[in-house]
Amino acid sequence: MEPILQVENLTHTYSAGTPFERNAVENMHLTAYPGELLGIIGHTGSGKSTLIQHLNGLLKPTAGTVRLDGKDIWAEPKKIRDVRFQVGLVFQYPEYQLFEETVYKDISFGPLNMGIPTDQVDKLVREAAAFVGIDEKLLDKSPFELSGGQKRRVAIAGVLAMDPKVLVLDEPTAGLDPRGRESILSQIREYHKAKGNTVILVSHSMEEIARNADRILVLKDAHNFMEGTPKEIFSRAEELESAGLDVPQITKVAMALARRGVAVDPAVYTVEGLEAELLRLKGGAAHA
Amino acid sequence: MLKDITLGQYFPGDTPAHRLDPRTKILITILYIVALFNAKWLVSYAVMAAVLMTCIAISKVKPRALTKGLKPIFIIVAFTAVMNLFFTSGTPLGAGWLLSHITVEGCWAAFFMILRIVMLIMGTFLLTYTTSPITLTDGLEHLMNPLKKIRVPVHELSMMMSIALRFIPTLIEETDKIMSAQKARGADFESGNFLRRAKALVPILVPLFISAFRRADELATAMECRCYHGGEGRTALHVLRYRAADYLTLVAFAALVAGIILLKKAGL
Repeated sequence: MEPILQVENLTHTYSAGTPFERNAVENMHLTAYPGELLGIIGHTGSGKSTLIQHLNGLLKPTAGTVRLDGKDIWAEPKKIRDVRFQVGLVFQYPEYQLFEETVYKDISFGPLNMGIPTDQVDKLVREAAAFVGIDEKLLDKSPFELSGGQKRRVAIAGVLAMDPKVLVLDEPTAGLDPRGRESILSQIREYHKAKGNTVILVSHSMEEIARNADRILVLKDAHNFMEGTPKEIFSRAEELESAGLDVPQITKVAMALARRGVAVDPAVYTVEGLEAELLRLKGGAAHA
Repeated sequence: MLKDITLGQYFPGDTPAHRLDPRTKILITILYIVALFNAKWLVSYAVMAAVLMTCIAISKVKPRALTKGLKPIFIIVAFTAVMNLFFTSGTPLGAGWLLSHITVEGCWAAFFMILRIVMLIMGTFLLTYTTSPITLTDGLEHLMNPLKKIRVPVHELSMMMSIALRFIPTLIEETDKIMSAQKARGADFESGNFLRRAKALVPILVPLFISAFRRADELATAMECRCYHGGEGRTALHVLRYRAADYLTLVAFAALVAGIILLKKAGL
């Protein structure tokens, strides 16, 4: 399959020529295929945020290329805005970017910038609000009257309303309680299922990525560290741990069981997965 | 990018210039400015230039960082120079419409004016390049201490200044982030006429103000939680102390001022 987004040999240097010069990203690669949910994981300072700001042309690579549908996005720098409409980027703590008088107006900011006629914008706004579970009644309220979790949903809807081909979310659940987290993630999953778009989910929580992503990209110290399906990644759990990255708790349990001689597959990463493993073992023992 | 602006930026280092007491550095900057404004003719300027070069060499600040800081004031310098060129009375440079309006004295005045402004800016930049904002306000507070006698709220002023300085990088970063976020939604800051551009700033300014107020509020709460109650009886973590090098530098710069004034008397 042809990749929809492809990053090759990406390097980005901040504050070049001053004593503060540093490479936030070095020789990085990323490939995203149409319709997949790609997870990106790494510590603070691993280059996640810098990497994703290249995907929609907010940052220009110091070296390397970013291709969207096989075309270098910087081939025509004047048309970079079109790239931003195709690759929707939701920043970390997006609720701090709200500015309009009403929720409705704020969500429609993106589509209006695209030059979409007002009657179509209305449909996009309502659709996006529905995806993130924002009630119609809230649309006429001021975004500053909403709760923290609701503000975040509105901000995410502001990007969804542009109907991007690729949706990139930078730590969409940061600072939320477990219930708020799960509900945002399930809404993202539903959006992904309904639209069939490519979704790139950035996080530092292995649990979150493991449960949601089709494929995972692990970053470490501004470089690519690992890439593969959750199964492939967590079968190398020890490597991850030695690199200082977190492993889902359930994988830790499975690893500990395996160390004690229980014949479970240590690469499970969900509660359901381990449950199935244990049932299989138990069933096997009963039949033996 | 916004992050790259250098005005008033501190370059960390460990040179004799960095180690000087901030009070010394503020005082010698003032002395340097006094000397600079008393410089009259080529000899004095040569001495001042030599002093500046020595300071730059000691501080190991890259000359490029200093010249970069000069860029924004280029227009002011050029304007002042041209003004001096035409509006100084004296003997005309030559015949003809243009040359008869320019005087020999005007040429010298313009030349010295450029030198003076450039050296003034470079000297004061050197202060902010080698002194972190926190130590700088610390030094200012100590220097202004005598003003407490006439009920100037010295501590409060310097606390406000430290907080303002502390939040400049944070606000710049925040502006950068909000701009990126709005650009990601297709905001366009670069095209259109004046009115459209001004309107395009609303999506940046509203979130920026809200977050600035939020930050101020949080900071006030945090300070109160730690029982901050003003300057009364507060002690410092890093106590400022004059060392031998400080006294020597102060004496050297006082001598510089005296020397320049003598040179002025001699007409050099």
